[in-house]
Amino acid sequence: MAFILIFITAIFVNNIVLSQFLGICPFLGVSKKVETALGMGAAVAFVLTIATLVTYLIQLYVLNVFHLEYLQTIAFILVIAALVQMVEIVLKKVSPALYQALGVFLPLITTNCCILGVAILVGNGTYDAAGMEPGLISGVWFALCSALGFALALIVFAAIREQLARMDVPKGMQGMAIALVVAGLLSMAFMGFSGVNNGLAKLFE
Amino acid sequence: MKKLESTLPNMVIVLTSIAVIAGLALGYVNSVTAGPIEQIKAQQLSDGIKAVLNADEVKVEAPDTLESGAVLYRTDKGVAVQATDPNGFGGKLTVLVGFDNEGTIQGYQILETSETPGLGAKADQWFQKGQKGDIIGMSPVRNNMTVSKDGGEVDAITASTITSRAFLRCVNSAYEALNTQKEDAQTGATVQHNEEKEVTNE
Amino acid sequence: MNNIKVFLNGLIKENPTFVLLLGMCPTLGTTSSAFNGMSMGLATMAVLVFSNFIIALIKNLIPDMVRIPSYIVVIASLVTILQMLIKAYAPAVDASLGLFIPLIVVNCIILGRAEAFAAKNGAIPSIFDGLGIGLGFTWALTLLGACREILGTGKVFGLTLFPEQYGALLFVLAPGAFIVLGYLIAIFNKLKKA
Repeated sequence: MAFILIFITAIFVNNIVLSQFLGICPFLGVSKKVETALGMGAAVAFVLTIATLVTYLIQLYVLNVFHLEYLQTIAFILVIAALVQMVEIVLKKVSPALYQALGVFLPLITTNCCILGVAILVGNGTYDAAGMEPGLISGVWFALCSALGFALALIVFAAIREQLARMDVPKGMQGMAIALVVAGLLSMAFMGFSGVNNGLAKLFE
Repeated sequence: MKKLESTLPNMVIVLTSIAVIAGLALGYVNSVTAGPIEQIKAQQLSDGIKAVLNADEVKVEAPDTLESGAVLYRTDKGVAVQATDPNGFGGKLTVLVGFDNEGTIQGYQILETSETPGLGAKADQWFQKGQKGDIIGMSPVRNNMTVSKDGGEVDAITASTITSRAFLRCVNSAYEALNTQKEDAQTGATVQHNEEKEVTNE
Repeated sequence: MNNIKVFLNGLIKENPTFVLLLGMCPTLGTTSSAFNGMSMGLATMAVLVFSNFIIALIKNLIPDMVRIPSYIVVIASLVTILQMLIKAYAPAVDASLGLFIPLIVVNCIILGRAEAFAAKNGAIPSIFDGLGIGLGFTWALTLLGACREILGTGKVFGLTLFPEQYGALLFVLAPGAFIVLGYLIAIFNKLKKA
């Protein structure tokens, strides 16, 4: 049951983009077309899950064991950068079709703060584990759900922006200004989910 | 100066030396700041304990951590209990509650909250003495400490029932922790007392 | 003279927030009050000035192919040092900025300036570039934070402008960040044209 709770909480209640403000750059940058948004969402889901798995193991078996917690930021960002490179190389060899679809987005992901942000949250055990003990399985599940939340927000936003491009927007508001206001409205819509997780928690008890 | 060529030995040497220098610098800063960081944490804790027990000076015994995750700081003026509720508005809520020896609430302090600033953050003030949701002087034995909507005696923060419920759950679980601990303490208190390290806070 | 030009460039013409639209995560995530926005801006500026300076100094020692990883190591170390200093000497700032301090590492402004400016210029102009862009970021964040705080709670920097119950709390919450920034960008564009 806790898995369902984490799923709902991470995607709808505490959406990583619209309420946690992580990964805003790609959210605003690659959201002009639904197609590219799909690609970016998939790439982030892929990398975020693997990155969280690897960084959590490093935190548990290297940093915590040798009392090097203060090297967390530097270790995590290097692991993420290396991982992105590796995923790129492996994808190119193993699945050229997938590489074609995700390739362009991979280099952008290193500086996507939702990857490092979620990795740190899981590494420190400070994420919302819905009553479960923070650990490897719940951490990776949380990462995957967060990434799905990111993808959902990105795709919905892209679909709205596609419509927006055909609208007659006042001159001063054109471009990023109106996009941000729309993002605000979207964020407001997601606020409607707040408290849903508490209700579900009670239901499952 | 000419730029170094991108040969393999050059790249390896440069990357390694940068990493080593960075590691050394971080190690040094860490050793310098570790002391002050510890001090601040200890200071915040003892300030918190003093504040919730309404005392200028308290003697704190070594803290007990219970299975439920609650932490008890027994002092000569009463007990400060730290309790956490996972279901606040948008995350965890951690509260430090001070009880006197009869289990009456002396004071409280919010230690950790991921509440919306401006909304849930009001819990800082709302339940203090003289405020609308005053809980000081109540006790979970005598009073029904839930929000009035749930049939209790405490007024919830306006438009913030979730936070208020989470807060009161913290207070009640803190009291529970205090009680379970009392039973243990009565059996072995005198023996244990001498062994525990006493920390005096100025 | 030239250094001053570099410095002013970041304040208005290439303002990282309103013109380049870089570093949006901390811009939106830490501006629930003017003070938080200012702390975040200053923290970012400190890292930016030092990273620009160090990278400009060692740029010739770094082979091109390992450029980006080297820059990331330098930036990540500076951020970690800053994080430890803040924890030790300004715990209140640490409590309010939280996760966003380590995330300065992935702020695209810093890596962007390292690539676009420090890697091509001397150490002294790089410091001025860091100061200019950093201050540009700081004033933008402070302004955004102030607008949200005033609209949401009627206060700014602890000064009460009108009673809190007339504030629209929405502006302190997540949606307000997007909406206020959108309108500020529109106003900035209008003023720049005029």
